[in-house]
Amino acid sequence: MMKNEGKKRIWSDYQKEIADDHFFYVRSCIRQSFFPGSEQFFLNLMRKVLGKDVYEDPAHTTCTGIGYHSDIVPAATIMTVVARHFALMKEAGYKNLAVSCVTSFGLYTEILETWKHFPAELEKTREYLFKATGREFDIPENVAHTSDIVYSFRDQIAAKAKIKLVNSITGEPLKIVEHIGCHYSKMFPKSGIGGAEFPHVLSGMIDAWGGEVIDYPERRHCCGFGFRQYLVQANRGYSLSNTVKKFNSMKPYKPDMILANCPGCTMFMDKWQYTAKELEGITFGEKGESIPVLTYEELAGLVLGMNPWDLGLQYHMVQSEPLLRKLGVEINASDKYKTKDGKQMPVPQNLINV
Amino acid sequence: MNKFGYSVAQPRVIDYESNDRSLSEYLNALEPSFRRCIECGGCSATCTAAAYTSFSLRELHVLIRRGESRKIQSALKKCMLCGKCTLVCPRGVNTRNVITLARNFKVSLNNAV
Repeated sequence: MMKNEGKKRIWSDYQKEIADDHFFYVRSCIRQSFFPGSEQFFLNLMRKVLGKDVYEDPAHTTCTGIGYHSDIVPAATIMTVVARHFALMKEAGYKNLAVSCVTSFGLYTEILETWKHFPAELEKTREYLFKATGREFDIPENVAHTSDIVYSFRDQIAAKAKIKLVNSITGEPLKIVEHIGCHYSKMFPKSGIGGAEFPHVLSGMIDAWGGEVIDYPERRHCCGFGFRQYLVQANRGYSLSNTVKKFNSMKPYKPDMILANCPGCTMFMDKWQYTAKELEGITFGEKGESIPVLTYEELAGLVLGMNPWDLGLQYHMVQSEPLLRKLGVEINASDKYKTKDGKQMPVPQNLINV
Repeated sequence: MNKFGYSVAQPRVIDYESNDRSLSEYLNALEPSFRRCIECGGCSATCTAAAYTSFSLRELHVLIRRGESRKIQSALKKCMLCGKCTLVCPRGVNTRNVITLARNFKVSLNNAV
């Protein structure tokens, strides 16, 4: 029988170092469109709730990851683009990188690993960047995904929590599916908390905030996104079929919600539920409803008592009202699609769980 | 093609959890030699129906054992009950009785519905 000290020592090998303060924040391309409240709330959480220093540079661009994974952007180009981000960070005086997107995070780790093993590539990239922009860069001291950062502050968030992840009607913990993006820790396990075998980044948050993590057969299955499957319309059936397989596996466990840390996973697990319903008439939640898919920032915001409409939950395809009712969150339906100055915005069509 | 231009493909894994293997259990009970099949394919090699159609008794055995019963309904009709497969079977499986029982099972299921 293994001793507890041994377990702790082994588990310590699965941890990663996460900086405590002074972050250079890089946004995701698609999160700003599909989950517009998430990144804004991360900044509010860090700056206003936790009192941390987070810097954002308006000159930061896409990492070109989607182009890279589609074989449109060559490796030398993406390395130079990423080197420019590091140059911006150096110019701003920061050494800790906070990455919002799992695709970008995977690329940053992949490029840093490439430079480590092939120093000639690093020198070439330095030369390309200098010739193109006159900039120079340093390797970041710490690279963390923003879910790593929220994970590291999960107990402080729990201490300030207004609600727990508990069904207010039954008193039972909410049953939550956690889904880790493949590029978070499957490519470079040491870059993720718990490695590729025991990813703890999201389950740690759920545990700390009072929910129950569901363990189901296809827990580590891809969400179905896969850049190449999705980009060509005729191939999208591959993407959708993978998602349906994953959802069929979790359905018997009756999850109340899904928590994801990757922009692509959150988007596809959200929007494919609409597509599966339209194509096959199938739903995966209880009573013919679909399962809300939230980002970890949105969940942290709900736990801290934020207004769901300020967090942007209304911009998901699968609406969160069933979840909010279970959590006992009071919502004002008339404010759902209003701007901050009270003007009515257009209401999206074909939403689910309305 | 639907309005999306793509569809959901059925997985090609064999899902023993959800497959209905009641026909396999029925045959095991009423024709115990059914268990002895080693899927050598001797039956299919000598089958007259297989020479002219896509019928394969070996494949039928596999599908019944896996519980993939959707695919076997149409295949059962193709057998002419000539019995050549029974003569060549190295394991002594009463293949003709297997087909007859499987057809009856289908009938009894239909009657039940």
